[in-house]
Amino acid sequence: MTDFGAGVRLRAAGAVARRQAFSRISYWILLLATVLPLGLLLYLGYDTISEGWSRMDWDFLTSYPSRKAEQAGIRSSILGLVWVLGLTIAIAIPIGIGTAIWLEEFAPKNRLTALVKLNISNLAGVPSIIYGILGLTVFVRGAGFGPTILSGALVLALMILPMIVITSQEALRQVPPSIREGSLALGATRWQTVWFHILPGAMPGIMTGTVFAISRAAGETAALIMIGASAFVAYDNTSVFEDFTTIPIQIYNWTLRPTGQGFQPNASAAIVALMIGVIALNAVAVVIRERFRRD
Amino acid sequence: MTQSAIESREEAALSSTAAMHAAGEGPSIGKPEEEICVSIDDISLWYGQKQALTHVSMEIAVNKVTALIGPSGCGKSTLLRCINRMNDLIPSARTEGAVHYRGANVYESGVDPVEVRRRIGMVFQKPNPFPKSIYDNVAFGAKVNGYKGNFDELVERSLKRAALWDEVKDDLNSSGLALSGGQQQRLCIARAVANNPDVILMDEPCSALDPIATLKIEDLMRELADEYTIIIVTHNMQQAARVSDYTAFMLTDEESSGKLIEYASTSLIFTQPREQRTEDYIRGRFG
Repeated sequence: MTDFGAGVRLRAAGAVARRQAFSRISYWILLLATVLPLGLLLYLGYDTISEGWSRMDWDFLTSYPSRKAEQAGIRSSILGLVWVLGLTIAIAIPIGIGTAIWLEEFAPKNRLTALVKLNISNLAGVPSIIYGILGLTVFVRGAGFGPTILSGALVLALMILPMIVITSQEALRQVPPSIREGSLALGATRWQTVWFHILPGAMPGIMTGTVFAISRAAGETAALIMIGASAFVAYDNTSVFEDFTTIPIQIYNWTLRPTGQGFQPNASAAIVALMIGVIALNAVAVVIRERFRRD
Repeated sequence: MTQSAIESREEAALSSTAAMHAAGEGPSIGKPEEEICVSIDDISLWYGQKQALTHVSMEIAVNKVTALIGPSGCGKSTLLRCINRMNDLIPSARTEGAVHYRGANVYESGVDPVEVRRRIGMVFQKPNPFPKSIYDNVAFGAKVNGYKGNFDELVERSLKRAALWDEVKDDLNSSGLALSGGQQQRLCIARAVANNPDVILMDEPCSALDPIATLKIEDLMRELADEYTIIIVTHNMQQAARVSDYTAFMLTDEESSGKLIEYASTSLIFTQPREQRTEDYIRGRFG
């Protein structure tokens, strides 16, 4: 009989002790990796809010831009952003999700579609200024739309399309093949299978990716400056064929002013307004996502 | 169910099946005496370069349970999926030969797989209810196929037919995924039945279930056979002996993959197989 009495030492020693020490160190390194950038972000947020808070009021949100810093507001930037973003969403979401569905559910699996998929991934990494140059050539000058809301939305839609396509493809792939088979085996067509089962199953993932993409479009500056979006709009936009400005462009212009004219707090306040807008957008997406998840 | 009950059921299955006379392709491939529902004619299938079925021919009787047995990789699931063209979904699959369903070749050009699958339903190995309510699961097939009747009645009738109604009638709106594994599989059977098919294919329908749930599904198969033609793939020889009227034994050997070795009434296959390899498999000497 084996003796289970005294003498068995279960305290870590030798190799086990070394492995455990390494494990404890990794805990602190990983914690640091999380806390460091988060701390930096919090500091930036605090700095911006503390500088801009004094300017944050109803007048600031509802006034047109002005040469006098204390009278300037972001009314036209907010409206311009809503117009451009609304049109961007209307263009990019149907095309992006449609492309993803075709590539995942309908396209034949051959070299051509593999090449298309690879290129879409590459397009997601193209700097936004390049999209701006493209927009300037094709939409502003080529098509003659000028630096309008329409041109801006087309450029932003092109810019976020790869992101929407890739995340939607990923979400569609997450739907188990057994669901697809079950539906087809009941005599559903491909489209009925996509519409009734695959798309609802992929919707939470598609929503997440799409909202990320829209948030990126909301903060986009370079591409819109490239197509010549106006810095000074002192009227409310009423059609897509008008000049426009957006909050990021307004922020960019205010930060360019020499210090001492009082425009820096305006820029900070506009950043706070933009942040609130993007957070609200994300909140809407979370609500929609949870609704789909429950069904 | 007690052991003796299972044994008596096995005996009943063995004695009740009609004797099958050997004819046609070879001495070991029999032909059912009843009316033929599905006729598999010289089917060969490749996944890319790899052959999975080699010249399989067999005829399947109307309103009987026909079991496909054989070791893993013998092509029995592949053969089953040939019948309702589910292999179409695998891009690399290439099929030669014909499957005649009540005289019409399923593989003829111009045949719509959707029409085929509407008549030839399928139940899968792993229960795969849709992440929707029990009601919507059952109603789905009828809905996409343009059913014009009363959906409430259809759902009730189908769930009763699948012996699930009494367990779920008060929670038709709860998710199909909330059911137990055996209930989920019966929901999948109800879903297939609601489509009013002619043939129901079952691909190892009990392999993910516990013994009690398995027995329920087997009872159900026997009941459904009076109205539907049932073809079942199974790993479990006792199951084939218990539920089927006819049994086909398939095998992959060094020469060719996915061959039909022997096909006869279940009683013959299990009592006096003609092929040595069938006997070896049934006696548990390999596979």
